Amino acid sequence: MLSRIADALFWIGRYLERAEDTCRIVEVHLHQSLDDPTLDEVQAANDLLLLMGLPAEDKPDVLARLCYDETSPISFLSALGHAREAARRARETVSTEVWESINTTWLAVRGGRLSRMRPASMFKFVRERCAVIAGLADGTMSHDEGWLFLTLGRSIERIDMTARLLSTPSVAGNSPRAWGHVLSGCGAHHAFVQRYGALASDRDAAEFLLLDRLFPRSLIYTLNSAVLALGQLGPSNLRIRPDDAALRLLGSARATLEYLPPDEILRDLPREMAKLQLVCSEATQAISVRFFEGSAAAEWVGGEW
Amino acid sequence: MNELFDGYPRGQAAYDEMVGERGVRPALRSVADELDRLGLDEIRARAEYLRSAYLDQGVTFDIGGEERPFPIDIVPRVMQADEFAHIEAGSRQRVRAMEAFLDDIYTEGRCFREGVIPRHVVASSPHFHRVVAGLTTANGVRIHVAGIDLIRGDDGVHRVLEDNVRSPSGVSYVMTNRRAINSALPEVAGKHRIRGVEDYPSELLKALRAAAPSGVGDPTVVVLTPGVYNSAYFEHALLARMMGVELVEGRDLVAHGGRVSLRTTRGLRPVHVVYRRIDDEFLDPAVFRADSLLGCAGLINAARTGNVTIANAVGNGVADDKLVYTYLPALMRFYLGEEPILAQVDTWRLEEPTAREEVLDRLHELVVKPVDGSGGKGIVIGPRASEEELEKLRRQILKDARGWIAQPVIQLSTVPTMIDGHLRPRHVDLRPFIVNGGAEGIFVLPGGLTRVALPEGELIVNSSQGGGSKDTWVMADSRALHHPSQVQAPQRPSSVPLSNQIIDRVIRHQHEQQQQARPGEAPC
Repeated sequence: MLSRIADALFWIGRYLERAEDTCRIVEVHLHQSLDDPTLDEVQAANDLLLLMGLPAEDKPDVLARLCYDETSPISFLSALGHAREAARRARETVSTEVWESINTTWLAVRGGRLSRMRPASMFKFVRERCAVIAGLADGTMSHDEGWLFLTLGRSIERIDMTARLLSTPSVAGNSPRAWGHVLSGCGAHHAFVQRYGALASDRDAAEFLLLDRLFPRSLIYTLNSAVLALGQLGPSNLRIRPDDAALRLLGSARATLEYLPPDEILRDLPREMAKLQLVCSEATQAISVRFFEGSAAAEWVGGEW
Repeated sequence: MNELFDGYPRGQAAYDEMVGERGVRPALRSVADELDRLGLDEIRARAEYLRSAYLDQGVTFDIGGEERPFPIDIVPRVMQADEFAHIEAGSRQRVRAMEAFLDDIYTEGRCFREGVIPRHVVASSPHFHRVVAGLTTANGVRIHVAGIDLIRGDDGVHRVLEDNVRSPSGVSYVMTNRRAINSALPEVAGKHRIRGVEDYPSELLKALRAAAPSGVGDPTVVVLTPGVYNSAYFEHALLARMMGVELVEGRDLVAHGGRVSLRTTRGLRPVHVVYRRIDDEFLDPAVFRADSLLGCAGLINAARTGNVTIANAVGNGVADDKLVYTYLPALMRFYLGEEPILAQVDTWRLEEPTAREEVLDRLHELVVKPVDGSGGKGIVIGPRASEEELEKLRRQILKDARGWIAQPVIQLSTVPTMIDGHLRPRHVDLRPFIVNGGAEGIFVLPGGLTRVALPEGELIVNSSQGGGSKDTWVMADSRALHHPSQVQAPQRPSSVPLSNQIIDRVIRHQHEQQQQARPGEAPC
């Protein structure tokens, strides 16, 4: 498969997942501020921007910055735009249904259409569209190399964003329902209550979102699917250790999480989560170097022609 | 001044909880101001959103087999901290008294010997079940969940209208209403410190687990529902889901050797606590109605053996019988040695000849109710009834005086409600929910279900009679305002910037150059 196409598919996976997860993160933020009228809104909004890697502002507008501001690099509107742009480059590879549904989504959100929706409807709309696209990709594309790149991108982005979401409760001070909101944000509330009952503690919630092997948005599950996809993508050295740098990074992050002593899960969670984000970023680099190298190197068309 | 409430009627006969004779009541002004800031048009739009959200979520109830969305009003009902503290204390007291009463009548019967209540009043109640005489639970609790219906007359005093200690329903709407209003009116909800209602499922689970037979370390709790055709099925499913326990029907249970088990894909699994939402009569065909397909034969036997706890206990209906209600203040003094905290509505016992004569003379101005009715069924409101209805009622009373009570017509308090795009006063009641965990303590859900009668002047608020509901806000005590985050400085997040695809800018630039250059160039 062409490196350029692989690159595009990887980033379609990432941007779509980013749009959905940003949605979830903003929803959690809004619920948390509803809970607590004494909250310093500017501070909380700036914490959120910081969480997404943006500098603090004087008058932060969370909804614009993270949702519908076209110029903001972290808004899900721009993520959807990037996803559509990447899909356009790989139009001959993504299935028609996937392309159409990405395009439909883009047409429905661009040009300020999002800002005219009620926030609750906007979140629901974006989440559902992302789910439709993901479902179509799984259901209408051959599960070949291209699909593996899409899955890999989606998994890495999900690890990155879930790690960000999981560091919010310790930032939200001691809000009693912070973990409940994070669970709902990950769509995990129902699954969690079914497994642990209504009398579970914050630690149970953290444990579930970090380590549950059966819940598809838990860190461990997502790390597993990223590792699996990477393993299937390349011939790797089976005798000694995987020779793929990304695989090593993700695998060791998974082992660290998995073998963490139970009492240490909540201790310094934000730092652990920041480390995980770094792993995602390094793994992305390693994947680029190994698989996409050349696709982005523009030098060869430069100069006279 | 609030524009929103400009055309709102003031100083009517009924007590309005939001607008007094001199405009919006001071304690509610901030809520009214926030609503006003949104403006009437915006609130109408929000009300529309609320309706569609409820339809999407499937928040429904059944009337005569038809699934309908439960009407929720956009304007919340607001209660102050001290106002609710009174209700909370009164509800706890009532539950304690009814627990003592039930325990007494099913064991010793002290209240009969001491002459507090005549034995025949209890023995003639259709919900008095001799089969559970002497049957106690491990932690002594019979009323695991209670709902107490309160109304507010024109004097503004909360009075108990009736108790529900069999299987009170409606708590699910308290939780869904809060969620819906939070997303429909975030500007208003976010500015106030409202006591949360999300703890109900965990408090209920805690109480049910505490009621498990002794010696069971990790009890299995189930919710027993009559099935999807029950009007409260939505609630049964919601509670089971929120507690993380199994929702079962009678056919999923099997009783054997004094134990009850669940039929699962991995064989039988023992059950320890059954939170049942089935009436006594249908619970166990071996003891009650033999034709019941909803229950599980042998359940009562297992409860008697002490291997399973039924919540709420069988036979609780005596305590919420409307005739027993008239004796409750005396029972509180007898068992607790306390004066009732919550007032009751004056009630005539139609068994007493003088009372009966007076009531029969004044039927056209009184409310007459069957003692064991629920859902507003069988209630006759004198001033609204036709001559034939009154005549029929008169014959029924003479035939079965034990079966009826009479009360004066009370103007229920009103709360502004969105009717056809305008705020109008509509009558409301309140059902706070109480969960009794025995040694774990008695939990009163802050607020409760506010039901509102939507037709103008209507006094019956039951949803089966076309009633809706409102979110009920209990303001947190201002003394409890200290936020824990002030104690512990929150950490600032540290994170890595989002990575992005490296896009080939040079290529795109050259493409554009190429396309712009082409028209002028000679074809090659």
